[in-house]
Order: sequence, then C-alpha cells, then structure tokens
Amino acid sequence: MNKTENNKAWFLVLPVFLLVAFSAVIPLMTVVNYSVQDIFDQNNAYFVGAEWFREVLRDPRLHDSLLRQFIYSFAVLAIEIPLGIAVALMMPTKGKMASLCLILLAIPLLIPWNVVGTIWQIFGRADIGLFGAALNGLGIDYNYASNPGDAWATVLLIDVWHWTSLVALLCFSGLRAIPEAFYQAAEIDRASKWAVFRYIQLPRLKSVLVIGVLLRFMDSFMIYTEPFVLTGGGPGNSTTFLSQTLTKMAVGQFDLGPAAAFSLVYFLIVLLVSWLFFTTITHMDKAK
Amino acid sequence: MISWMAWTLPVAVFFSVIAFILMCMTVYEVRSPCVERKGFLPIATTRGDRLFIGLLSSAYLHLVFLGLTDLNLWIPLAISVIWLAVILRWG
Repeated sequence: MNKTENNKAWFLVLPVFLLVAFSAVIPLMTVVNYSVQDIFDQNNAYFVGAEWFREVLRDPRLHDSLLRQFIYSFAVLAIEIPLGIAVALMMPTKGKMASLCLILLAIPLLIPWNVVGTIWQIFGRADIGLFGAALNGLGIDYNYASNPGDAWATVLLIDVWHWTSLVALLCFSGLRAIPEAFYQAAEIDRASKWAVFRYIQLPRLKSVLVIGVLLRFMDSFMIYTEPFVLTGGGPGNSTTFLSQTLTKMAVGQFDLGPAAAFSLVYFLIVLLVSWLFFTTITHMDKAK
Repeated sequence: MISWMAWTLPVAVFFSVIAFILMCMTVYEVRSPCVERKGFLPIATTRGDRLFIGLLSSAYLHLVFLGLTDLNLWIPLAISVIWLAVILRWG
C-alpha cells in the first residue's frame, strides 16, 4: 500500500516553535551575548571574550555556593525519598481515612514558597514562634538567625515539610498500581514484610521514584524563596545558594556580564542533570 | 529592533554554526533515517543523541579549560571538533 505523505502537518508545530523561540531561544541568545561583553548601558558594551567565564569559574564565592547547593539538594533527596516511601507505605489504602490522608498530604503542596518561608520564619523564632520557643524551652540553644547549623537545619526542614508529600503521593499512586496477585503470591510463599517491600514494592516503584527524584532535585537545585525569606542567605553566606548568588550578581550589583556567564554555567549543570535523568527514564522504559 | 540583544560577531557565528549543524542533521535524517545503535558509549544512541552528547561534552571541555588553565580557547575548540566527529561516527 502506498503511503501518502502530507508535510503540511509540520505547520501545526509552528505555534510551539514560535513560543519556544520567544520564551527560550531568544533570551538564551541574549544571555550568551551578554556573557562575552562588559555592559555599562545600552550603548556602551565592550567585547571581553571569555573573561567573565574565567572569573566566574575561579570565584571562590561561587565554588562555595555550588558546593552548598549540591549538599543541600542531596540532603533533600536523602531525607525526602525514604520518608516519602515510608509515609506512602503507612497510609491506609481504602475508605474515608485514605481520602483524608490524601487531602492532608496535598495541603502543604498548595502553599506558595514565600508563605512557607514566612510561616517558618515566625514559627522558628525563639521569642514568639512555637517551634523556636519549644526547642529553647527544652534547653536546646536554637537560633536560625545567628547559628549557621540551625539555619541549615531549618531550611532543610522547610523543604521536607513542604515537599515530602509530593514524594509520598507519587509513591502511593505507584503502590496502588501493583496488582493484588503479586501480594497473594507473596503470601503463599510466606514472604516477610521486608521481602514484599524489597522484591515487589520497591522494584515496582522505580519509575515513580525516578520522577520523584528528578522533580525534587530540580526544585531543590533552584531554591531561592525560602532561604531568602527565612535568613536572607545568612548568617554570613551559610544559606546562600546558587540562585541567590546569581540574583545578587545580576540585580543587586548589576554585573550583567559575569551574571550571564554564571547563568550559562548554571544552565549547563541543569541540562546535564536533566539529560541524565531523561536517559535513565527512557532506558528503564526500554528495559521493560 | 534587536539592539537590546547586544549581538557580537563570535556569538552570531556560534549560533549560525549550531543552526547549520541542525539543518544538515535534519536533511540527513530525512534522506537517510537513522536507527538506534550501540557504539563505544555505554547506551544505545540515535544520531541526534550523539550530537547532543558531543555538544554538551564539548561545552564542559571548554569550561574545564577556562576554569583550570590559561590556554588559548582554540585548543579545546579543536579537541571538541575531533571529539564531535569521533562520537558521531563511533559513539
């Protein structure tokens, strides 16, 4: 049978092409142009080659914030992924309680980042906040405004409080998709709870967990609002992450050239990590 | 109209080369559609995958040269061109 080819369908892609060009390609081209120039104003820009990249890649401030960013993102994953799985495993599977748990888990996800930051800013204060006052009452010297360790713990706690629900909901949906026959077979084999988790539930959760890890990594890697509202990046620079360093450079100091070079390095890191996750997901699908 | 984009000649050349490579790859794909294959890379890849991997690794190679050495950028560029050719052919 002869197949009729109709290339007019390609015109349907045109709106998306234009949208991506306006929202991503043209801004990206502009950033690349800025990254090779010293810009004073609209009419005064001088070509400096790769000088800003050299400066940015050798700047200890940026090394520190990159290191902090990776530690933060890995800490977020190390806490939220096991905790999310544990919450999903403990959730009731049927009845009104299941619906209630789903609603309760979904509530933190509906709260905007800046509101979460403000809630914890007050909640963690030693004088008027319940959390801060309770810790101090227990004899723990907790003060997120002056102690870097406390600031880190609070920023991590905020993210865990805000986003573990997402991992839990993803895992819950993954667990619900496991056919009952698997559990019946495990019961016949008298498999322990651990064996059921290790050989049935965990392998079946792999796909949702990869998506959960990707979402949480990307989101934590671009964290800005919560530490900005809570500590303003302090004490010192202890909670200043990549996006905050970039914002300070671009908007605070108006160093457009170094900021553009820095955002391109940031973009390349995000691109590499996204590609690794994408490749993992597609190869897992193929392996099935 | 595009003065706000602050165009410079090297950046214009860079994006023109990328656009030219993409156009060539599109024409090549239409004339001779590729199939996924396994080369020296640890995963099976299509032609487009190999181009992406080659370009991304070239970008990182440039960053390594910029961050760690004061050598001229023509050196990583030459290495990147050879690397891209190798990865497209045997990757």
